[in-house]
Amino acid sequence: MYIYDEFDRTFLQERVDEFRDQVKRRLDGELNEEEFKPLRLMNGVYLQLHAYMLRIAIPYGTLSSDQMRALAHVARRYDRGYGHFTTRQNIQFNWIKLEELPDAMADLARAGMHGLQTSGNCIRNTTTDQWANATPEEIEDPRLYAEIIRQWSTLHPEFTYLPRKFKIAITAAKHDRAAIRVHDIGLRLHRKDGVTGFEVIVGGGLGRTPFVGKTIREFLPRHDLLSYLEAILRTYNAGGRRDNIYKARIKIQVHEIGTEEFTRRVEAEWAQIKDGALALDDAAIDAIRAHFKEPDFEALTDGPAELEAAKTNPDFARWYANSVAPHRKGGHAIVTISLKPVGAPPGDATADQMDAVADLADQYAYGEIRVAHEQNLTLPHVRQKDLFTLWQALDAQGLATPNIGLISDIIACPGLDYCALANARSIPLAQDLTKRFADLDRIADIGRVHLNISGCINACGHHHVGHIGILGVEKQDQEFYQITLGGKANHKAKLGELLGPAVPENEVVNVVERILDTYVELRTSKQETFIAAVQRLGIEPFKERAYAAR
Amino acid sequence: MPLVKNGKPVADAFVAVADEDTLPDAPVLVSATRLLAEGEALFARNHPVGVIWPNDKDVLLLEPFVDRLAVVALIFPKFRDGRAYSQARLLRERLGFKGELRATGNVLRDQFLLMVRCGFDALEIVKEGDVAAVEKEIHSYSVFYQPTGDGRPVPLRARLAAARGA
Repeated sequence: MYIYDEFDRTFLQERVDEFRDQVKRRLDGELNEEEFKPLRLMNGVYLQLHAYMLRIAIPYGTLSSDQMRALAHVARRYDRGYGHFTTRQNIQFNWIKLEELPDAMADLARAGMHGLQTSGNCIRNTTTDQWANATPEEIEDPRLYAEIIRQWSTLHPEFTYLPRKFKIAITAAKHDRAAIRVHDIGLRLHRKDGVTGFEVIVGGGLGRTPFVGKTIREFLPRHDLLSYLEAILRTYNAGGRRDNIYKARIKIQVHEIGTEEFTRRVEAEWAQIKDGALALDDAAIDAIRAHFKEPDFEALTDGPAELEAAKTNPDFARWYANSVAPHRKGGHAIVTISLKPVGAPPGDATADQMDAVADLADQYAYGEIRVAHEQNLTLPHVRQKDLFTLWQALDAQGLATPNIGLISDIIACPGLDYCALANARSIPLAQDLTKRFADLDRIADIGRVHLNISGCINACGHHHVGHIGILGVEKQDQEFYQITLGGKANHKAKLGELLGPAVPENEVVNVVERILDTYVELRTSKQETFIAAVQRLGIEPFKERAYAAR
Repeated sequence: MPLVKNGKPVADAFVAVADEDTLPDAPVLVSATRLLAEGEALFARNHPVGVIWPNDKDVLLLEPFVDRLAVVALIFPKFRDGRAYSQARLLRERLGFKGELRATGNVLRDQFLLMVRCGFDALEIVKEGDVAAVEKEIHSYSVFYQPTGDGRPVPLRARLAAARGA
């Protein structure tokens, strides 16, 4: 956990005071809505279909148990008793009153939380691997650099009114769980000649014009991180398009001027500032490292007797095989908590569930919780001997559905039930899909499938990179859905291919089922995953079968 | 529109002159086009010269004039258009411009501090009521996370200094 110090606390209090004043001036009529809008957005406040929505930043997806309790408190006191975890590792509350917002924010600030830069045309919350500092795969804790970026980007005076929003993601593991190639900037930590640095990827993104990012630098020494980011942002701020909101992201600038020219501009700017005030050194990086409190890990060994005995329980064994991953410390494990029970909106958690997770984190997981961009929660540091007790407690809260990475582990945006931009609903479709695929044996047999739903072309549900992507479109005033196959968000990121004509809402679940039946029939063996089969076969056999019955 | 410089309301001594008009016997603000076309002739007069520089033109083109320009006025066509923030920093930090850096256009109180941090020392304020708020706004924060040319310390370094002093 990164522990806030006096600087961070003072800043946050000053920000709360500033927003309280801005809300007052809005309510007094001193600020009109056009003037107020960017100010509230930069504090995470949206005006949605039915009410104001508050999006709270969870920097790089890391929460303490006390912060989770603060979220539960906000859900109960200011909302309707639940919250929605997002693909940006944040949480949204959908029913907040404008006049109560400053109080909600003050309560959050006491737990070191805020809605800062979760919206607006500024640098957003930097996201990372939810398994950071726990997985044996990584070379260093990427949150260290995410925190350095958080500080640099917080109320950056030059980059608060960019052409469009700006998202940075970072990973330090070989397997990319942070989808860095579909972000405005993606950073991959790696080592070269004993020095730690980054591969810098720019101009990825989804939305209505999806692109996989381009590598503009294979290796950037870690001391140069901030100066290089500043050079990229300055190049974008000066040259990104402002004439058309749909062409304003950095991906369009990179696409229009070309990767080579974009890189040339960044490198030229960087040459001017690399040795300036933004240059990092080991002392500065270590000072940040010192603020991350390492859990006081018990010295344990893998495969304790308690765990081995528990595996004879088939329900536990199924959950263990699905939701538990190896840890870098002996005798520990990473646990993913599914927020995708059958029939519920993906990513929602009640205040009681949040409190329960906080208590379980304290009892079994050194008080630390993560939010995954797949809209699940993670307990990154669990003692293996406690796994069975933890599972029982999670199960009692409806938090032990063993469907991580499977067809019912759906990523979905809020859709037309909440969002002012959406063309179609996402949540009811996700609920119907989880009901169709409720049989645990069946979904385990189908194996790894990522299904993503976006309610409109803005692609908040990342449908382009779903193995199966579903996009809501409006057609003759009815909700229709386009289906894509073969997308991937990982280190081999790829955009999905359109299967065929859009289908009406009542047909989507059937089409998905026929696609999966086709896979099961045509796979070479159970070892060939859905995505591998789509790559081998192309979309034709799926297309033929998916539409055959219509 | 009221002009506030270094936190205090001041009279604007400069006259903005259209490209086709003859120069008055006073300090002038000319367009970028006129500055680049007439250059040296403008500075040969006995009056201070300033320029109104558009936000889509490279400010590094001002390098030959930077020691002689009294004012550079940058433009925020809408407060949401932040290009002039980068221009301001380049003028101050790259070219070492020491004259008056004036924010013009849709200049509103909730952006005052950002402007000052990027090097603006003069604000041409749109709303009369915002004039009295300048002092409060530019002192609304005491913690700044990133270094800019304004030289304020950032926590990253301040923590180290504190640790060394301890």
